[in-house]
Amino acid sequence: MLPKIPTGINGLDEITGGGLPQGRPTLVCGSAGSGKTLFSTEFIVRGALQFGEPGVFMSFEEKAEELTLNVASLGFDLAQLQADKLIRLDYVRIDRQEIEETGEYDLDGLFVRLGYAIDSIGAKRVVLDTIENLFGGLNNEGILRAEIRRLFGWLKEKGVTTIITGEKGDGTLTRHGLEEYVSDCVILLDHRVISQISTRLLRVVKYRGSMHGTNEYPFLIDEDGISVLPVTSLTLDSPVSSDRLSSGITALDKMLDGKGFFRGSSILVSGTAGTGKTSVAASFANETCLRGQRCIFFAFEESPQQICRNMHSIGMGLQAHIDAGLLQFNAVRPTINGLEMHLVTIHKAVKRFRPSVVILDPITNLTTVGAMSEVKSMLIRLIDFLQTEQITVMFTALSLNTVVHEQTDEGVSSLVDVWLSIKDIEFNGERNRGLYVMKSRGMRHSNQVREFVITENGLDLLDVYLGEEGVLTGSAREARQLREQTGLVLRDHAVSRKDREIERKRAVLEAKVVSLRQEFESVQEELNRNYVEEELRNDVMEQNRARMTQIRHNDDETQTGPKQ
Amino acid sequence: MTEPETTEQQDPELYELRLYVAGNTPKSLTALSNLKRHCQEHLNGNYTIDVIDLLVQPQLAEDDQILAIPTLVKKVPEPIRKIIGDLSNEEKVLVGLNIRPAKK
Repeated sequence: MLPKIPTGINGLDEITGGGLPQGRPTLVCGSAGSGKTLFSTEFIVRGALQFGEPGVFMSFEEKAEELTLNVASLGFDLAQLQADKLIRLDYVRIDRQEIEETGEYDLDGLFVRLGYAIDSIGAKRVVLDTIENLFGGLNNEGILRAEIRRLFGWLKEKGVTTIITGEKGDGTLTRHGLEEYVSDCVILLDHRVISQISTRLLRVVKYRGSMHGTNEYPFLIDEDGISVLPVTSLTLDSPVSSDRLSSGITALDKMLDGKGFFRGSSILVSGTAGTGKTSVAASFANETCLRGQRCIFFAFEESPQQICRNMHSIGMGLQAHIDAGLLQFNAVRPTINGLEMHLVTIHKAVKRFRPSVVILDPITNLTTVGAMSEVKSMLIRLIDFLQTEQITVMFTALSLNTVVHEQTDEGVSSLVDVWLSIKDIEFNGERNRGLYVMKSRGMRHSNQVREFVITENGLDLLDVYLGEEGVLTGSAREARQLREQTGLVLRDHAVSRKDREIERKRAVLEAKVVSLRQEFESVQEELNRNYVEEELRNDVMEQNRARMTQIRHNDDETQTGPKQ
Repeated sequence: MTEPETTEQQDPELYELRLYVAGNTPKSLTALSNLKRHCQEHLNGNYTIDVIDLLVQPQLAEDDQILAIPTLVKKVPEPIRKIIGDLSNEEKVLVGLNIRPAKK
C-alpha cells in the first residue's frame, strides 16, 4: 500500500483515496488562472495547520508579500504561519537582464537554498511554483533539465512530499515537459468556458501505484479555498427512514396518508406559472423551521427579501427564522456559473449548514445554463448526495402548458419520491388551482384533486365540489354551494307552508265537524219532539177513547143489557 | 573565506565582486581562477573578491538570490549584475561586469 498524506483540500483526498503520495513529487499542471498556486498554497497551509507538517513554499513567480496578500482572502495568514515557523516562503527571482551565462554551471545554489529552508523548519511538504520559470531565466536547457531531474531525485531522497506546478503547454501537460521527470502523480486543473459560463475542473491524470477517480471533477474556489466534488460515488444504497415530516399544509399531509413526507425523500412540486409552487416550498420551509430544524432555500428566481415579503402576505414570517439562524437563503442567478459549479456550491452549503431540508426553487431555471439531460444528471447526483445525508429535498419545477411536458418535468419525475402537481383549472371565466398527488412512494395517498387556495393565513386545500356538472372549483364551487343553501331555505319555507295549510284544513274540518254535530243534534231534537208529540197525542187519544168508551158503556149497559 | 586582494586605490571605481560556490568543486575552482585572471588583466587592482561558500553560509543563498553555482555577483558599481558559470568566456565576463576593455 502506497503511503499517502492528506492534502486537506475538500474532496481531493476522496478522489485520490487518501491524498498525495508521501515523500514523492506530484505535478499539478494547468493553464494560466486555473488555480495551481492556490492549490499548492492550500496544500502547504492545511499541512501546517491540520496535519502538523511544516512546509516550504518556493515561488518562482510571485513575491512572498504578493502571495501572502493573495491568499489572505482565503483566511490564510501566511505571515503569522511564517512567524510560527510552520511555513517558509522563498521567492526565487530570476532576472534575465542581470544574468550572464558563461560556461558550465549547476543549480547547487537552489539545492542549498531549498535544503536550508527545509531544515530550518523541519518541513515535510514542499511546493515549487512554477519551476519552469527557470527556463525563462536561464539559457542552457541541457543543464536545466539535468538539474531539475536531479532536484526531484534529491527531494525524494529527503522524503518530502512535493508539489511542482507547471503551466500547460501546447499538446503537452507542461511547456517544458516536466511530466517526464515526475512520474508518480499528475493532477490536471482546467478552467473551461462553455457558452460564457466558466467551470473549473480537476482530473487525476496519473497516480502510480494507486487507484484514483479518473473523471473530471468540478471544483470551486471560494472563501474556504478549494472544494472538489466527487460526483460519481453513486451506488443505490443510501439509508432510508420512515420518519415523517409535515409539509406545513395540514390538508396536504392528510392527502399523504395523514402524516406528510418521508424524511430523506425528494419532492417535486410542478405547475404552470403562478400556481403557488414557491408558496408550497416556503410553507414546507416554514414548517421545518417551526419544528426547530434547519433549512436551506436555494432561490434561482427571486431574492430572499422578495420571498420573505411575498410569504409574509400569506402569513409566513420567514424573516424570524432567518434571524434565528434556522433558515438560510442562497439566492443566485443560474447563469452565475455552470451546473457543476451549482452542484458544488449546493454541496458545500449543505455540508456547512447541515440542514434537514433543502429547497430548490425552481430547477427549471437551471436549463438556462445546461441542457435538460445535464440538468437531470446534476439533479440525480444532488438527490443522491442528499439522500445519503438523510436530507429531505423539495424542488419546484415550472411546467409549460404543453401536453408533452406534463410527464417529463426535467425528467426528474421518475427520480423523485413524491410528485405534487398543481394545475390551473380554467372554468367559468376564472382560473383556480387544483393540486394532485401524482405519486408518493411508500404510502397510501389520496388520488383526489383538491382545490388549492392561498389565503392570508397560509395555504389550504379544499375538497372540490363534485356535482352533476362535474368538478367545480372557485366561484363556481361557491355559487353551487350558495345555490344549495338557497334550495335549503326554500325547502324549509315550503315545508312550513304545507304544515300551516294542514293546520288550517284541520281547523276547517274540525269546525265542520262541530257544525254537523250541532245540525245532527237539532235534527235529533226535531225527531225527538215529533215522537213525544205522537206519544202525547196517542196518550191523549187513548184517554179520550177510554173516556168515550166509558161514557158509551154507561148508555149501553142500560139499553142493551135487557135486550138480550 | 574572504581574501581581499586590494592593491592600489587610485581608481575611484572599486569593483566589489562576490563569487558564490558550494564546496570546492572543480567548476568553482575553475571559476575562481578565471575570475582572478580577468580581474588582473582588466581592473588594475581596483577590486575585491569575496568567495562565499554556501555550504557554510546557506542563508546567503536566499538573501542574494543565488540559484546557480558558481555565480559571480557584482554589487558595486551599480547596476548589480550576475554572471553564472565557470567564467570561461572572457568576452561575456567583461560585458557582464560592464568593464570596457581596458584601454590605456
